[in-house]
Amino acid sequence: MTQTTRPTCFQDVILRLQSYWASKGCAILQPYDMEVGAGTFHPATTLRSLGSTPWAAAYVQPSRRPTDGRYGENPNRMQHYYQYQVLIKPSPPELQTLYLGSLQAIGIDMALHDIRFVEDDWESPTLGAWGLGWEVWCDGMEVSQFTYFQQVGGHDCHPVSGELTYGLERLAMYVLGVDHVMDMPFNAPDAPIPLTYGDIFRQTEAEYSRWNFDVANTEVLLKQFEEAEAHCAFILGQPEVDPKTGKRIVMAHPAYDQCIKASHIFNLLDARGVISVTERQAYIGRVRTLAKLCADAFVTTEAGGWQPS
Amino acid sequence: MPDLLIELLSEEIPARMQGRAGADLKKLVTDGLVEAGLTYASAEAFATPRRLTLTVEGLTAESPTLIEERKGPRVDAPEKALDGFLRATGLSKDQLEARDDKKGQVWFAKITKPGRPAAEIVAEVLETAIRTFPWPKSMRWGAGTLRWVRPLHGILCILTDTASGTAVVPLQIDGLVAGDATVGHRFMAPDGFAVSGFDDYVAALKRARVMLDPAERANHIRHDAANMAFAQGLDVVEDAGLLAEVAGLVEWPVVLMGPIGEEFLNLPPEVLQTSMREHQKFFSVKNPKSGRIEKFVTVANVETADHGATILSGNRKVLAARLSDAKFFWENDLRVANAGMAPWLDSLENVTFHNKLGSQKARIDRIAALASEIAPLVGADPELAEQAAQVAKADLSSEMVYEFPELQGTMGSYYARAAGLAPEVAAACKEHYSPLGPSDDVPTAPVSVAVALADKLDTLTGFWAIDEKPTGSKDPFALRRAALGVIRLLLENGRRLSLAKVAARGYAGCFTAAYCNTAIAESDDRGNLINYRPKEPEESVVSDLLSFFHDRLKVFLRDEGIRHDVIDACLALPGNDDLTLLVTRARALSAFLRTEDGGNLLQGFKRSNNILTQAEAEDGVAYEFGPDIKFAESDEEKALFAALDSAEVAIEGAIAAEDFASAMAAMASLRAPIDAFFEAVQVNAENQIVRRNRLNLLHRIRQICLSAADLTRIEG
Repeated sequence: MTQTTRPTCFQDVILRLQSYWASKGCAILQPYDMEVGAGTFHPATTLRSLGSTPWAAAYVQPSRRPTDGRYGENPNRMQHYYQYQVLIKPSPPELQTLYLGSLQAIGIDMALHDIRFVEDDWESPTLGAWGLGWEVWCDGMEVSQFTYFQQVGGHDCHPVSGELTYGLERLAMYVLGVDHVMDMPFNAPDAPIPLTYGDIFRQTEAEYSRWNFDVANTEVLLKQFEEAEAHCAFILGQPEVDPKTGKRIVMAHPAYDQCIKASHIFNLLDARGVISVTERQAYIGRVRTLAKLCADAFVTTEAGGWQPS
Repeated sequence: MPDLLIELLSEEIPARMQGRAGADLKKLVTDGLVEAGLTYASAEAFATPRRLTLTVEGLTAESPTLIEERKGPRVDAPEKALDGFLRATGLSKDQLEARDDKKGQVWFAKITKPGRPAAEIVAEVLETAIRTFPWPKSMRWGAGTLRWVRPLHGILCILTDTASGTAVVPLQIDGLVAGDATVGHRFMAPDGFAVSGFDDYVAALKRARVMLDPAERANHIRHDAANMAFAQGLDVVEDAGLLAEVAGLVEWPVVLMGPIGEEFLNLPPEVLQTSMREHQKFFSVKNPKSGRIEKFVTVANVETADHGATILSGNRKVLAARLSDAKFFWENDLRVANAGMAPWLDSLENVTFHNKLGSQKARIDRIAALASEIAPLVGADPELAEQAAQVAKADLSSEMVYEFPELQGTMGSYYARAAGLAPEVAAACKEHYSPLGPSDDVPTAPVSVAVALADKLDTLTGFWAIDEKPTGSKDPFALRRAALGVIRLLLENGRRLSLAKVAARGYAGCFTAAYCNTAIAESDDRGNLINYRPKEPEESVVSDLLSFFHDRLKVFLRDEGIRHDVIDACLALPGNDDLTLLVTRARALSAFLRTEDGGNLLQGFKRSNNILTQAEAEDGVAYEFGPDIKFAESDEEKALFAALDSAEVAIEGAIAAEDFASAMAAMASLRAPIDAFFEAVQVNAENQIVRRNRLNLLHRIRQICLSAADLTRIEG
């Protein structure tokens, strides 16, 4: 086994994952420019897992979970964190081996560590999606989620996509031997201006925690939710043929942006504690309806495998 | 006689599915082989996280040639019928034979099915097994359509014969070609190798760091863990479920033991154990001297050059993070508990129990009222019972129970002690949920019994009030379990109470609040709703609930060998809502009917009853007047008079004393006189006076027997 060198900082872990997956043929995409709860929401995963067109992409996705905010004080819980996401369609037969290679790339030596695939099936009620797979344990710690998508937006996945999700902070803390996320070196510790994760995010965590929990205007949010929902339906209700260009342009992505927006606003409302247990299910159902409409639209586009007859 | 070896190699199979999958593979394949005409000497299945393996020994080399005879149409039947028969059999007309049958000459066909080689049959059977495998959840992968629990990577399928050696069974499923090779441990010996038979396979796997037999892996873990603990004077806490799960997570178990950080050792042992088991699948290691859990055992899947040092330090780190959370919850909770738990009780007002039955707080108030009424009936102090019921569910609001719902009750007990409450109250917090299942112990402490009964009866009366009863296999609120809990609490503690009265009290409690939409109410001057009362009359709901209890009781007593008709016979008597009394009676009756006297007396009783019932129907008269001994003609008849007199007194006395065994014994004494009476005497005598007198005598037999149990309900 080759001697693996250990990364020195958070961004080193990210850069190594980027170059590893690039070397395995993935398109290295950039984060989606909207607030999402997880890397799965990026259209490069949600929409591109639909239809028969082959796909291979990897990217970092900043993710927001308003209810997880702890004012920057908890050693590993934050309302804003990073996920690393890989999606390959069809899932290659050697996906497990490829995945283990990525752990080697960030300095986890398979000869010294105990890697285990522990049953954990994935379901996203808001996306109308589910898959089977595992959480991957390294020495008892969950380092990734490994899923074979079976259904997305209510559509059966044919072929099946293999999805890998790494919780970057937790993984990097483990590899770097750091106990509190805010103490983790972000850039090289010997850089002229060394920065820790806390230098960059402690203040924003506190600001957003206060805003998420106590200040966000729920009336405005409720209104925005309704607007996003209506807007999504409005976009998808347009005729397929654009009257200006005369071309068939189904606007699946702009509609899906509204679905992402609705989903995030729901998360904010949830953090504000204004959604009761019974209402919660209803809101989730409304977002799922949007996700399904967008999936229905996407599979009628070229990227979704649609061919003009 | 060849041996068959099958291995299905896949990505990691969920631990909980492995055992069942092995059994299913064995059944599907061996059933298929037998159905195709093969026989075998023995078969055994094994599972690891990555493989399902089946070995079949002593398989017949080919299936026998079968000759089947089929009857066709009559010889004079229309041409079309004959054509159809020829098509179905694949024969031509000259191959048929005409034979005499009941309706004349009929065509017979003799179809010969030649035997087939085992390999051909195995290939078919295995393909069907793979395509129809009953995984609880299965998936597709890549661009294929095959379904398996996780992606299937390899099929090993060989037939081994001492004479002809090893042969691969030709089989291909969706691009997977069966072969004679497999791979070793994912990390320690990932290379492939070929095998020649089962023994070779097991040995080669072991060299490649795979222990095939789950029982061997479990034994290895148990043994190593116990030894490691023993060397330090410690004991591993037994956990069969966890052992089976962990054995399903590794192909090569490597047992490692590590310490739990000093700062966590004062957490309750249940918290340590639950956190370690749920989050990390660790075993707990106890110090028998201190009674504390001080170490953990984890099972890795790999041997390392540093003898697991890196793995152990990683696991300790994760454990420390998890236990920091638990400690944080415990300390926060103790602060609330020390101050009397008020905020938890208040917050239960905002937790809905059921939208038609109000909040948890409303439910707790009902349980408390009921518990204090039940208390004197079960030997508990009413005030303590009420207090226990008030705090028994407070821990539902605690942080620890939010994190680990399975610790409900256990934490409540710790917190009640921290709040300075009586030990009986603390015990009731934990015990009032019991019994949870048929193997769970029943509490015996009176306060715990009172709260446990009140809790379950409130659930039952509440869901009966809103008409959410169990139907068929649907019992979402576990009402059958609640009823069985009530039954066991009463019987095993020998406690007596009128279930109808207590249920009526519980039922009424469900209508004192405004949430119950099955209630009717009036408005007062200010428009507030008052005088809630049920729409359904109390009596009918309570009697319906009572018959639910009786049905559950029948199921419960069936395991004891007491038949449902025996219980019916006892249900017909007064006091049938006192389950303890009812069961004492049923047990005595059941034992009695199993004796020879009992069986014969039953026959004598039935004979009397039949003759009497028939006569009463024909004559239109009820023979209810006492018979007179002066009309008795034979000695046997007179003896019966005497026997009935003494039995009547004995039975009456025994029943008053609830001594049903003696009552049955007294009934048994009637067997001989009744038998002798029927032997010697014709009931329907010519003399009408004698006949009437005898019918009245039969009536006495009926009355006396029915006072112990309604024997008319007994079958047979």
